[in-house]
Order: sequence, then C-alpha cells, then structure tokens
Amino acid sequence: MTNPAQTSRGLRLPFRLRFEPRMEQPGWLSALISLGAVVLALILGGIVLMLVGGSPIRAYAFMLKAAFGDIGVFSDTLTKATPLILVSLAAVIAFRMRLWNIGAEGQFFFGAFGASAVVLTPILPPETSPWLIIPTMVLAGAIAGALWGFIPGILKARFNVNEIISTLMMNYIAVAWNNFFIFAKWSEGGFQMSPQFPRTAWLPRLTDYSSQVPLFRGLTTHLGLVFGLIAAVVVWWIIYRSRWGYEIRLIGDNPRAARYAGINITRNTILVMMLSGALAGLGGMSEITGVVHRLQGAISPGYGFTGIIIAWLAKLNPLLVIPISILFGGLILAGREIQPSGVPMLIQGILLVCLIGSDFLLRYRVRITPRTQEA
Amino acid sequence: MSKNENAVEMRAITKQFPGVLANDHVDFDLKKGEIHALLGENGAGKSTLMNILTGLYHPDKGTIKVHEQQVEFRSPKDAINHGIGMVHQHFMLVPTQSVTENILLGLDDPRFRLNLSHYHDVIRDLADQYGLHVDPRVKIWQLSVGEQQRVEILKTLYRGANVLILDEPTAVLAPQEIDELFKTLRSMTEEGKSIVFISHKLDEVMAIADRVTVMRKGKVSDANVLTSGTNKQELARLMVGREVLFNLDKVEQAPGETVLAVDSLEANNDKGLPALRGVSLSVCAGEIVGLAGVAGNGQPELAEVITGLRPPTAGCVRVHGRVIVGEGCEDSPRTNTVRNVIDTGVSHIPEDRTHVGTAPNLSITDNVIMKGYRQSPIARGWSIDRTNARGHAENLREAYNILAPTVDTHARLLSGGNLQRLILAREISSEPKLMIAMQPTRGLDVGAIEAVQNLLLAQRANGAAILLVSEELDELISLSDRIYVIYGGEIMGETMEGDPEGIGMMMTGTRQHSPSTAEGVGR
Repeated sequence: MTNPAQTSRGLRLPFRLRFEPRMEQPGWLSALISLGAVVLALILGGIVLMLVGGSPIRAYAFMLKAAFGDIGVFSDTLTKATPLILVSLAAVIAFRMRLWNIGAEGQFFFGAFGASAVVLTPILPPETSPWLIIPTMVLAGAIAGALWGFIPGILKARFNVNEIISTLMMNYIAVAWNNFFIFAKWSEGGFQMSPQFPRTAWLPRLTDYSSQVPLFRGLTTHLGLVFGLIAAVVVWWIIYRSRWGYEIRLIGDNPRAARYAGINITRNTILVMMLSGALAGLGGMSEITGVVHRLQGAISPGYGFTGIIIAWLAKLNPLLVIPISILFGGLILAGREIQPSGVPMLIQGILLVCLIGSDFLLRYRVRITPRTQEA
Repeated sequence: MSKNENAVEMRAITKQFPGVLANDHVDFDLKKGEIHALLGENGAGKSTLMNILTGLYHPDKGTIKVHEQQVEFRSPKDAINHGIGMVHQHFMLVPTQSVTENILLGLDDPRFRLNLSHYHDVIRDLADQYGLHVDPRVKIWQLSVGEQQRVEILKTLYRGANVLILDEPTAVLAPQEIDELFKTLRSMTEEGKSIVFISHKLDEVMAIADRVTVMRKGKVSDANVLTSGTNKQELARLMVGREVLFNLDKVEQAPGETVLAVDSLEANNDKGLPALRGVSLSVCAGEIVGLAGVAGNGQPELAEVITGLRPPTAGCVRVHGRVIVGEGCEDSPRTNTVRNVIDTGVSHIPEDRTHVGTAPNLSITDNVIMKGYRQSPIARGWSIDRTNARGHAENLREAYNILAPTVDTHARLLSGGNLQRLILAREISSEPKLMIAMQPTRGLDVGAIEAVQNLLLAQRANGAAILLVSEELDELISLSDRIYVIYGGEIMGETMEGDPEGIGMMMTGTRQHSPSTAEGVGR
C-alpha cells in the first residue's frame, strides 16, 4: 500500500491531498463522475476552439444540431452508431474473459467479405427473395467473422500465442484479402470496388417505407440497428444470466479459480473468440448491406478500434454500449461538419482522456486536509 | 550501555486507515539484547506497528525513539540507517543471483566495480559469526527455504541492523531448522542485538521470547508479560480475550470403508522435475488422515493430482474403487478432468485462498456457486437461477457466519478468516465423499482456527473421508486419526500415535524402520 501523498512530500502546499481507495462504488457516483468528465472535456475543448479563433458555444451548438438536431441527422447518427454497437459488443465479450481481441477491425472486414461472397460469387442469384438472401448474408458474415476469431483463438488455446499480436496482424491480412477481391476478381470495370449489390441484398432502410410513413422520407437508419440492439441484449443475457457467461466472468477474474472449478479454459477461449469475431463480422455485414451496398476498401474508418474504446467506456456492460455508441456516432458525424479532421478529432481525444482519467476518482476518494491541522 | 536500556521506544502510536483504526495509542518498548514477542490475532495491528517502525508507514500520531534519540522515519531507508531491519514472511530475493549479490543489492558501497570475491569473504565471516551457514557464492534458487531465510537475516545484519524484526519466521521451517534459527537468534542477542518476534505459535513464543506484548483490536491489551511467569493457555487467553479450547471434542469412531486409495502415484512439478515418487496412501470414510511434511516436499502436487489439476506420470487414484485420475491404470478414464473429479464427490480446499480458491472481483454469490453452478437448482437449463443462487449464498452466509454486508459483496473485501469460511461453506455444502484440505487454518487467528477445525471434525462425524495436509504438527496430531509423513515426494512412514519427535525425524528424511502399528489398519 503506497500512499501517493507521501511521495509528493517535496511540494509544500497549504493543504494535503490524500487518496484513499473506495470500498464501494455506487452507480450514481459513476454517472456523476462521467458527467463531470464530459463537462471538463467540453471546457478544455472550448479553450481549444477559442485558441483557433472560434466561438465554443456556437461550435458546440452547431455540433449538437448536426448530430441530434432533427430526425434526419439523428437517423444518420444511428446509422453511424450501428457498426459501432456491434464491434463494441465484440470487444466486450472478449475483454470480459481478458482475451484482448483487438482484431475486431479485421473480423469486421472478413464479415463484410463473407456477406459479399453470397451475392458476388454468386452463391444466390440476384433475383432470390430478400427473405432468403438477407438471412444467408447475416449467417455468412457472422461465420466469416467467427472464422477470423477462431484462428487466433485456437492459436491462443493450443499454443498460447499472444492474441494481441495475432489479432492485430490478422487485421492486415483481412484488409489485404478484401483488396485482392476488389482490385481483381470482383472489380467493377477496373475501379477498386465491387459492383453494387442487387436490391434484394440491401438491408431495408426507414426511407424504403416512406410511401407508407411520410415521416421516414430520406432516413438512412437500416435493419442493422435492430441487429445491434438484439445482439446487445443477447450478450447481456449471456454474461449476466447464463452458465456460459458465469464461466466467462470466472475465467476473466481468476483463471486459476476457473480451472479449479472444472471449467474448460481452452474450449472457452476458442468459443469466446468465435463469438467475438461473429459479432464484429455481423457489423461488417450490416455496414455493407445497409449503407455501402458494395464491397470496397474504405468501409471502416477504424470502427474496430473505436469499438475497443467504447467497450472500455461502457465498463464492459453490453447495454451501456448502446448509448455510448450513439454518442460516438454523433461525434463522428458532427465533427465532420466542422473540419474533416483536426479540431473535432482533438475534442474527441480530450473527451476520451477525461473519461478514462475520471475512472481514478471512482476508485479513490480524495481527501483534502489543511496542513495547519497536522500536529 | 546497561542491559535495561531501551533499543526502541514507541509512544502513543496511532494510525488510521480508511474505516479501521489500525493502531490506537500503542506503546511498545524493546530492550537491548532481548527477544520480544509481539502476539495477536490477524488484524490486531501488529504488522501496522512494525511497518511504522520500519518506515513503511508514517504514524498519524505518536513518537518513536531509537537508542534514546527521537526519530522520524520518512522511508524504510531511514529506518535501516537507524539500525532497524525486518525479515518479511515472503522473502524478497532475486532467485537468479548469488547470495552476495542479493545482499549487496541496493547498497551504495560497491559503487561501480564489483569485487565479488572480496565481498564473498566479508559475508562468509559475518555468517560464521552468527552461525548462519550459507555459501555466499550459491544462487538463491539453489537454496532451501531455511537457507533463504538466513540470507534475509544476513541482509539486514550486513546493513548494520541492531534491531531485527522477524515476521512469522518459523512458518516455512522444519522443526530442526527452527532449532537452528533459535540458536542464531540467541547468539545475536548475546552480541547485544534486539529482536522482535512476530508469531501466532504460542509454543515458539514460550520457547524463545523473554517478554511478550499482546495486541488486540489495534490496542496493546497486555504489555510486559514475562514468558518465565506465564504459560501457553494464559497467552492464548490474552490473545483472543477468552479461553481457547485446545482440546477439540473429537469423538472416537471406527473408520468405514476405504474411500480414497492412491497407488504408486508419480508426478512432476512445474519445473518438470519429479515431485511425487511412488506415493501410496488410503483414507477411509469417517477418518481424518494427516499428511505431514515440510513445505515443498510434494504436498501441493499430490493434492493437485488427486483433484485432477495436475496430470500424473504414473499410478492411479481411486475413489470408492473407481479410477478418477490415473496414468496406465487398467480402467483409466479417458480424460483426467477436474470436472470428472468434482462430479465424483471430491471437494478441495486449496492452499492458496485468494489465487485459486476464490475470484476476488466476483460477488460472494458467484463465489459460492463455483462448484454447483452446473447442477440444479442453481442451474436451470443454460441459465443460472439467480434467485436460487442468492438464496443458497444467503443460507451459507448465515450458517457459516461469513461476515459481509450482503452476498453481493466482492470476495476481495473479505478478511482471511471470512474467505476461508466461504471456501469451507462451498466445499462442505456439496456434501463431499472425500475432502482434500490443504493448510485449512494457515494464517488464521486462533478463534477462526478453532471454527475451521470443528467444521472438519463435523465432516468426519458425517462420514466424509478427509485428507488433511498441514505444516502445523500440533494441528495434525490433534485432528488426525492417522498421519503419513512425506519427504522428497515419498511417504516416509505412517503413524497413529502422533509423537512429534518421530514425525519430525521422518519430516527431515529419515525413513520409518519398523512398520508401525498403524500398518494395515483401515485398509
């Protein structure tokens, strides 16, 4: 037990800061501290905006409007949040077992490839009913992602290969694999993209129903969001309510205790990596069938990595992943309205550092005692 | 300097931790040339007091005088400079370096060029002076635990310690090694050094200490108790504040049929070296069988093989005649899984409560269902019945007196005794046929030890077969119906009498010559 206050003895402040570990962490406190962190981030971001000559209030108001201002932009925010929810859930389930799968990006790309293969090979002809083609693509995407998780999973389970390195490397392989197809085999007239998918392979969007509900006109939110919401509830149920989830939590907290309780760690390592990969793969499938409608290079601006951050911010709680993904979706969308990169990314970074740093206050209580009170 | 001069004088030491007043106006004197035992249950505040004396903690209030001079320690280094050294329970040595290198580590003296052979000689002289026989050139990993402890003592002596604090120094030693240690301690006090001896073991306190200070709940409950004018029962009473029954009510009962039969078992340790060399033993229903031995002679490996955690290289383990673990047995199961063993009705109290027995960041509920979550009523199909799991946890908390605010409390917030009660609650509630209990009372205070021992006896009365592995001879002798002694991965002999001397000889590697009267009993 080291007391940080004792090490900073050289500094003679009129008061002393002491950090004491908290015995319990009530839920309201967590919410309050996170809110405080967001406020602090907004103030710091405001200073940055002022330094570059903008008005913080106006900029924030503009960003808020650009992400949540009306149903149209909010729908776009939800569209951005959809792949984030799925890749974040992939991170959540793996991290719960302390499997550091940072390959959600690659599993996302491979899921996209698997889904594309159904219509581009083609396995099913374009005139197939959407009722058959979409479930097939969902399955293909999930299986392809699971395969991309299975490989590092079995390497970890059988030969103790570090999953951080293997999943990271598999990201590059997945991107290169996709590139081979979009540059050559499935290239449309030499462009670096596949031909557009047949309409039967598009996930239904809200705007598709605008003839019945006029309000939906132009709304891009697609069925993938429903996949994400269902997946979040299922992952929540697995972790907190199922026998399998109990095993995952036990292995994550203390693998030696899990072994002592007769739990097969090898099998669970493979299965969890496969589920994690399947969720990320589903994210890739949903993005290309719901938004892009073709296989191309730039289908992800690093969703797989953002998902890792979201998973941490959600404290590995699958249901918390939903609001945080929506917030991030909004931030990505609104940021682009100010500057393509630069300032919005800066503000996003400040927000992340504040939120992750605020975790300290959740774990420790800060006491301030005036020096005069000391004997 | 007169003999009655105080080497250390602590006055009104107060230290507050979040939620606990660890030391409440504690006074402590250490005379020059004395061995002073500091006695108290876990959490009585002994470690806090000594950590203050060695400069690890800063007291909130109070003064410390060393050799009549007021001091204020800002770091352990200050304390060492004032001649105060501590030998911790867990050694702080670098295994791949030699004895000399470990002793010189962190010192300013060999500044740049290390003339090792010169220092080897210096350290050998110092070692000989106090009878701490150890070769300075040897690497730490090649030394026995007792020798490593000598290196730790040498380390503090080399740094010029006049006051030595030993935290439970005998916990890891064989009886003969304890005698050696006591000889060393006496030769050190003859040289004018003063020793603080922290221990739970009343026999040792009576044997070695001149004076005793007893702490209870952060306060000194009795100071200046002379060992010449007291006895073990008296000390125990002072320590827990009530009379302790050292004689457990163990009813005579005839053992039933053989439950556990271990036959010529061989296994390797983590380094791949043979740890078990043909161990055979048996345990019957309604019988507690002790396994005595100094640490590191194959006890954990044996427990791990029986519970399926470690694959054997040869031999068989049978429960009720059926092979549960084996290598090369006629009816070996295809897999030596832990689950198979658990389902056979074998429960296991592991040696390492925090790293093996529990999951620190999961709730008490999640910890007590660790073995039973696969079966109804905790399991319901693929899911876990939360209501039943909580109810089960509530019942166990009540029945086993686990002190915790709720069953949702994380296991890491429980004290050692409560954690052990949680493990016992879980392992006993499954109504096991066979129980492998590893050091079930280690590190617990007297009150908790009694509770745990009575739980084991209750299991015996219920007809469970219990293999009790312990390094506490007293405990083994008072609880066991029979005792095996293990040394170097081999059973040295078996005894029913429980004479400490004979067991001590076997514990240090002397094979029992004539088969004792116990041979053949209960087979």
